[in-house]
Amino acid sequence: MKIRFEPRQSESRTVVFLSPLVAVLFTGLFSMLIFAILGVDPITAVYTFFIGPVTSIAGWAELFVKATPLVLIGIGLSFGFRSNIWNIGAEGQLTIGALTGGGLALLFYNVDSVFLLPAMIIAGIFGGAIWAAIPAFLRVRFNTNEILTSLMLVYVAQLILSYLIQGPMRAPDGYNFPESRLFHDAALLPTLISETRLHAGWIAALFFAVIAWILWSRHIIGFQVKVAGDAPLAARFSGVREKNVTWLVLLISGGAAGLAGMIEVSGPIGQIVPIISPGYGFTAIIVAFLGRLHPIGIIFSGMLMALTYLGGDAAQIEMKLPNAVTGVFQGMLLFFLLATDFFVRYRIRFGALRETPDKESSKKGVVG
Amino acid sequence: MQVTRTRLKLENITKHYPGIIANDSVNMSVLPGEIHALLGENGAGKSTLVKFIYGVHGADSGRMFWEDKEIQISNPSEARKTGIGMVFQHFSLFDALTVEENIAIGISQELATGGLSDKIIQVSNQYGLPLDPSRYVYTLSVGERQRIEVVRCLLQNPRLLIMDEPTSVLTPQEVEELFKTLRRLSDEGISILYISHKLQEIKDLCHKATIMRNGKVVSECNPDDETTRSMAEMMMGKDFISPERRENKSFGSTKLSLRNINRVSHHQHGVDLANIDLDIKTGEVVGIAGIAGNGQTELLEVLSGEVPVGDEGIILLGDREVTNLNTNDRRKVGMAFVPEERLGHGAVPNMSLWENTVLSAAYSMDLVIRGFVSKVSSIAFCKHVIKKFNVHTPGPNTFASALSGGNLQKFIFGREILQNPKVLIVLQPTWGVDAGSAARIRQSLIDLTENEAAVLVISQDLEELLEISDRIAVIHEGKLSPAYPVNEITIEEIGLLMGGVKKSEFSIRGTDEN
Amino acid sequence: MLEWVLPAILTIITASTPLVFAAVGEVLVEKSGVLNLGIEGMMVVGAIAAFAVGVTFESATLAIISGAVAGAFLAFIFGLLTLNLLANQVATGLALTIFGLGLSSLIGHSYVGKTFPGLPKLEITLLTDIPFLGPIIFGQDILVYLSILSVFGVSWFLYRTRWGLIVRAIGENHDAAYSIGYSVKFVRMIVILIGGALAGLGGSYLSLAYTPFWVENMTAGRGWIALALVVFASWKPGRALLGAYLFGGITIIQMHAQGFDVQIPAQVMSSLPYLATIFVLVLISRDSSRTLLNAPACLGKNFQPSS
Repeated sequence: MKIRFEPRQSESRTVVFLSPLVAVLFTGLFSMLIFAILGVDPITAVYTFFIGPVTSIAGWAELFVKATPLVLIGIGLSFGFRSNIWNIGAEGQLTIGALTGGGLALLFYNVDSVFLLPAMIIAGIFGGAIWAAIPAFLRVRFNTNEILTSLMLVYVAQLILSYLIQGPMRAPDGYNFPESRLFHDAALLPTLISETRLHAGWIAALFFAVIAWILWSRHIIGFQVKVAGDAPLAARFSGVREKNVTWLVLLISGGAAGLAGMIEVSGPIGQIVPIISPGYGFTAIIVAFLGRLHPIGIIFSGMLMALTYLGGDAAQIEMKLPNAVTGVFQGMLLFFLLATDFFVRYRIRFGALRETPDKESSKKGVVG
Repeated sequence: MQVTRTRLKLENITKHYPGIIANDSVNMSVLPGEIHALLGENGAGKSTLVKFIYGVHGADSGRMFWEDKEIQISNPSEARKTGIGMVFQHFSLFDALTVEENIAIGISQELATGGLSDKIIQVSNQYGLPLDPSRYVYTLSVGERQRIEVVRCLLQNPRLLIMDEPTSVLTPQEVEELFKTLRRLSDEGISILYISHKLQEIKDLCHKATIMRNGKVVSECNPDDETTRSMAEMMMGKDFISPERRENKSFGSTKLSLRNINRVSHHQHGVDLANIDLDIKTGEVVGIAGIAGNGQTELLEVLSGEVPVGDEGIILLGDREVTNLNTNDRRKVGMAFVPEERLGHGAVPNMSLWENTVLSAAYSMDLVIRGFVSKVSSIAFCKHVIKKFNVHTPGPNTFASALSGGNLQKFIFGREILQNPKVLIVLQPTWGVDAGSAARIRQSLIDLTENEAAVLVISQDLEELLEISDRIAVIHEGKLSPAYPVNEITIEEIGLLMGGVKKSEFSIRGTDEN
Repeated sequence: MLEWVLPAILTIITASTPLVFAAVGEVLVEKSGVLNLGIEGMMVVGAIAAFAVGVTFESATLAIISGAVAGAFLAFIFGLLTLNLLANQVATGLALTIFGLGLSSLIGHSYVGKTFPGLPKLEITLLTDIPFLGPIIFGQDILVYLSILSVFGVSWFLYRTRWGLIVRAIGENHDAAYSIGYSVKFVRMIVILIGGALAGLGGSYLSLAYTPFWVENMTAGRGWIALALVVFASWKPGRALLGAYLFGGITIIQMHAQGFDVQIPAQVMSSLPYLATIFVLVLISRDSSRTLLNAPACLGKNFQPSS
């Protein structure tokens, strides 16, 4: 039997939503293979990795804690990816957001005010946005590729963090450990469920998802960003300036990443430390794609990716497996997703061609 | 068995694409030295057929005979070895490579090594196709580019030369030169398969014509025995429609004025606009002729506001200056635009038709209210467009990419015209559009002028411009000639202007030729 | 003065070699119209593969071959996804990097703390003893020579051979190349594999010679810098070599400056290569007409034969 691929007349909506599930399934199967290669029982390993972490309330709380930055950044990045602006420096924007937001907490260390937290939020968003404004400016003004500049700035941001934490921000009574003082209560996000680490940041992530959903589904801004990504010439035709879109999406994604950084230091960490994120800024790229660049999808894919972090930790503690497994799974998931996306635009046909036009292509109407 | 040895014979060639039968049991044969026209509308299956002959893709069934022997050609290099050469409509050339490199890549390795540039010069002199092997392609004119393709074919001593719509990008004078070359080749016994939908050309050049419609061969004829009208009827299968024009039109006041438009192109290998002046009156259709790549795209971008006007340029809409307005503000004061590229510029391929109405009608038709897109109003407007302009589509939720070229163009024209523009500016209105839709679109342009509007049509299709324009100007290397009333200028004169000759030089040339 | 110039030059060569491999490989790949952003991933997997094989089998040759094969293997995944399944090149390149970093740490987990003796130097008696130039020209290891050779090889291939012409043509206009009768997919796949092997060699050099032990994420952004070098070099192999050495120089200067106890925070010096990359990119891309003229016209666009 002959297998052929045939282009679809329009994208299949079913496959758009089905392909992440297929990708997850394949990743699961391949991960079992990898576990087998590493010499552990695949069933136990999969249980430890994917089920074990969420068998308790505390486990779920931890899942949302990890999902918070992923969802925030993922939604922010979805603006860029829809418009073909590739901000891959969210990790750096997160770092700067943590420094500006957390820096405010340290600066007003002795101030116990209800305004401190809101000010930190604004500072965090602002910090991330500023860091993303650099690639935006360079792209708009000098036509410089934003992929490379935003990524280079990740390394720079991490060096800034390293400098500050070993110098100005180091705790005065911390025995020279590279850590800041612990934030006061006024600078900490309130917890949602007592006895867990789940904090108000998750609400912020959900709130951002709602705003993004409104923008995408009804607002002219979402429409313009989509047009700019799908057909740049058509965007110009409809009066959208490419430069404005570049600025908009980079500031949104940078601001979201900055907020995520501020939430990390003000929520689960509670101080500024040398390593603020285990690569949330990069993982969020996968989150955005896996969630189909759709806010609701991103909430779910963010939770799934959070699970791979928890699973990696669990596998390390319980099975002595390196937690680098997490990175392998995340990469594989994105591979499988990109592969299955082929079937959004193509269908498989077995055997010889059919004579009669099928239902979908008959939409095309008159030949020519 | 036939007595005459055929060069190429096709038997029952059939080729399907999803939902379409592109070639349906096609039979035809080409004799040695024959210039054989393959005539048909866009989408009739001509390109599919010749791509099969040239080995670009296979057929589902059918047989091919080369000089009475059955052959199978699975790729273009086999075709070239057999003796088949092809000049594509969209040239298969590489801008950043030299003429010599472009030719080397299209011929066999043995031929490409050892003094290729001498061979190029020799062949190009022999057939009157002057070329400099060391120039980069992006520095060449369209006519010169076509010569590369022809020379590339001739270097391989083909016995069948396929030419896909070769004249659509040439000036009338360049067409005459090309025909001389083709006749000489025919005299040398080379067969030529000449694909076109231009009827007069076929009468002038071809010995025989095979006419295709909807993938089938509908007729074979001797072009000398037919009129252009009779061939058109065979090609379209219905009576030929030409737009109705009001005679003795009277024009109103000046509606659109361009003053001293200068603009440096930002396109790769683009053309700069230089001192463009033009006035269009209410009720008037002005056409701008010219070969592709002479500043047409740049001019539309400046007029639509997608690109800012140069330093000293002024655009006036009536008495109102719109120079510094952006695209949407120009729309608000009554301008509308139809770009050349339908998918990707005039419409977003992966968006529904109703979303595509928002693209240009967002503000003029109140489809966006306080920043929010009104789906209800957009769908209503979209349905109106579909109905008024007879767009064949299941409905407003269909993707723009699912429409045929003609239908999508009707949709885009409908969307612009139903916004009641005072000035409509269109680029290549009927490029790649089937004849029925093309006639409808041309009629809608003429109708629009009866509603106090002015229309500017920028097109490469001279016949089209002569049919609908009141005045015609020619753009060449970014400079615009004065606009001449259609009855005061001949096709030959337009052709000279397209080639860059000024009108004051015409008479001198005329006497030379006599 | 001279006593520190020689070691400085020698270390610059060491610091530049990985970049040379990666950049020249990417020049080749991009010339065919493919943008592979996954250099970082291919390099780091090449690094661990070479290191693991080198330590296990105590063979430099096997190590180098493994590094190249590992890089090509990752490139093969990229080729499969972008050429056959028409996946977005930018996204696939990112996936390659994420996957490569994860995979290398997973494999490298059990190799932390081990050392590789380093690559043997050429050392030709008499010639290597020539003062100053001797050690520079005749005292390097095989990968350094191979990196220089790869630059001339790629340059010769692209501009002096028929297949090189085909690669350039495909990068310029894949539809035209297809209609003339070349297999765009096949040519691109071969070129992607070669590019991957070269990136793998660059990674191998890091773990076999530059720092002969394994560190997680030891490429530290070199793959991305190599991408910037391609733009800097205007897609010309020779200029990529020059650029790689300039960047190697910057890296060494900042390391030496840190050693000299200069009153500048170490982090400022460490950020120099990254800031320099941004600076160079701005400088080059500022003149958009030049970039447009040199960049392959089909760069980053997927090829789909039209009907």
